[in-house]
Amino acid sequence: MQKLGDFKLPQFFNYPPYFTLQPVRDTREKQIQLWKDLILDYCKTHHIFVIGLEDQDFPLFSNPAIERSLTYEAREAFLSALVAQGRAEWLDKSRRKCLVLWHRIQDWANIVLDFVKDNGLEDSVMTVEEIRTGIESRGTELHGIDRTVLMRALKMLEQKGKLAIFKGTTADDEGVKFSI
Amino acid sequence: MAGNCLQAVELTTSGRPVLLPTEIECSLLSAVDLECEDLPNFPHLKSGLLILTTHRLLWLPDSTTTIPTASSSASAIPLAAITHIFAAKKSIKSMFHSPRLRFQLSVSPEGRVPDSGSGSRSVVVTVVVRGKSDLDAFLSKFWESWRGRAWEIGDEQGSSDAVSGSGSASSSGLYTREGTVRMVGVSGILRKEQEMWESTDKSLQDAFQDLNALMSKAKEMVMLAEKMRQKLLSGSQPNDEELGSKQEMQDWMLSVGIISPVTKESAGAQYHQQLSRQLADFVRLPLERAGGMMNLIDIYCLFNRARGTELISPEDLLQACSLWEKFDVPVMLRKFDSGVMVIQNKSHSDEEVFARIKTLVMKPDALRTGISASDAAITLGIAPGMAKEHLLTAESKGLLCRDISPDGFRFYINLFPEIDPNDLYLVKDYGIYHTWLRAASASG
Repeated sequence: MQKLGDFKLPQFFNYPPYFTLQPVRDTREKQIQLWKDLILDYCKTHHIFVIGLEDQDFPLFSNPAIERSLTYEAREAFLSALVAQGRAEWLDKSRRKCLVLWHRIQDWANIVLDFVKDNGLEDSVMTVEEIRTGIESRGTELHGIDRTVLMRALKMLEQKGKLAIFKGTTADDEGVKFSI
Repeated sequence: MAGNCLQAVELTTSGRPVLLPTEIECSLLSAVDLECEDLPNFPHLKSGLLILTTHRLLWLPDSTTTIPTASSSASAIPLAAITHIFAAKKSIKSMFHSPRLRFQLSVSPEGRVPDSGSGSRSVVVTVVVRGKSDLDAFLSKFWESWRGRAWEIGDEQGSSDAVSGSGSASSSGLYTREGTVRMVGVSGILRKEQEMWESTDKSLQDAFQDLNALMSKAKEMVMLAEKMRQKLLSGSQPNDEELGSKQEMQDWMLSVGIISPVTKESAGAQYHQQLSRQLADFVRLPLERAGGMMNLIDIYCLFNRARGTELISPEDLLQACSLWEKFDVPVMLRKFDSGVMVIQNKSHSDEEVFARIKTLVMKPDALRTGISASDAAITLGIAPGMAKEHLLTAESKGLLCRDISPDGFRFYINLFPEIDPNDLYLVKDYGIYHTWLRAASASG
């Protein structure tokens, strides 16, 4: 079985037409679906949150074994499909960077809640950075989470009254008061 | 059966008359009646197509309106049997009637047009022109053809009798003058001028001679090409080299095809119809050789090459092909999604081609590296352009997938339907996906 890092690649990854955007509608729909699933699985395994379309270091878009790689147009097509499904967002108007939500924001919010409960933090205060990179988060999916994604999850919880976000001493470090 | 009077005319599958070996069409009138009061058993020939050739007058029933019956089928009157053509009568009466043309025909005592020699009885035949046509132009061509007596010439080169140039009558008088003349004085200058005029006239006449000579030579060349083709066909087992030059010979011969091109002049308003039928006849052989389907551009080149002169424009070709829908011909025009237009036999089957493509694309090599249009062309025995159209059509039906890379534009069997969207890693141990995997892994 071929692998990209820890990620197991399916057999059709070696099928050359997989890397050419198919024009026939039914075929294309199937192709898009396979790419969407693959992108989400890969990002989840490797904890990747942002894909830059022009990056050479997102290895999923090429297969050196068969000497094929997706054109820019193809990458945009597959990521747009993810965006339309609500599993990704464009970070800029020119569509060069894409935020991948291999957990939906709602799912991340629940993960934060679980994290708080598991560590007995129901009434305490933490900075956002601590949530992201602190000792408690090690070994959980929260560790190293993209800051934008975390903020969105926190804001969602704030609207539900589960916590309050406030500005910290420095401009870029906000704090969170849990009241779960 | 043309009653008992006139000769029968053989027709091709497209409804065009089969011409005699050196016969050439000159003019065409539509909506014409042929009548003969002197003969009671003269057939009922109403509102048909009258074709004047160098050898005969042909009357064809109009295929779109009349139903051919025993008495109104395609008939011919050999020009040899015509003894006189009457001048068109212009009178007040003729202004209100349909224009008419009368000629005298020599028949046997029973009222039949003889195949050879002349009959003993004389009858008058009237041609009534019901449609809008230029009768005067037709009449002058009728005179020319009748005077030309092309049926007497056979395979020999046309003699000067066949030349229609009006200069010949007057210049023959000049040629009988003998003796040299001295160039002195005014009479000398006048004579010099006359001699210059004579030589110009002679070279004009020679030029016309050449044209007729060329026309008859064309017939010889076609016969020669046919002989050589037969010889090549019956030749010994060819190896690859011979096969190549054999192909060349065949192609060259195919281009030497038609002696009697349908021209705007000779067919008038019927131009596109007649052209359409002639095209349907011509296209039969190249289509067979090309495997049942051929690019319209290739037909355009082949057809014009065979015509030699009187080339047709692309619009004429397109119009002629579009008219095929109206007739019962075995060929049709087809436009692919990509815009490419082809002519194909009505009997052509897309399904059969797809089955062959599928077989080709499931071979181990094709599973590993796919097929290109040229690969398909070689295997299917058709032109690469046609092969590409077939591959694209197969792709649109979901049979194939494309792969575009620096290696080129290739096609693979479509695996996508075989992949389970709920288990991306599953490969069943039977079926197309399994076969593909085995072939792909075999190369290491």
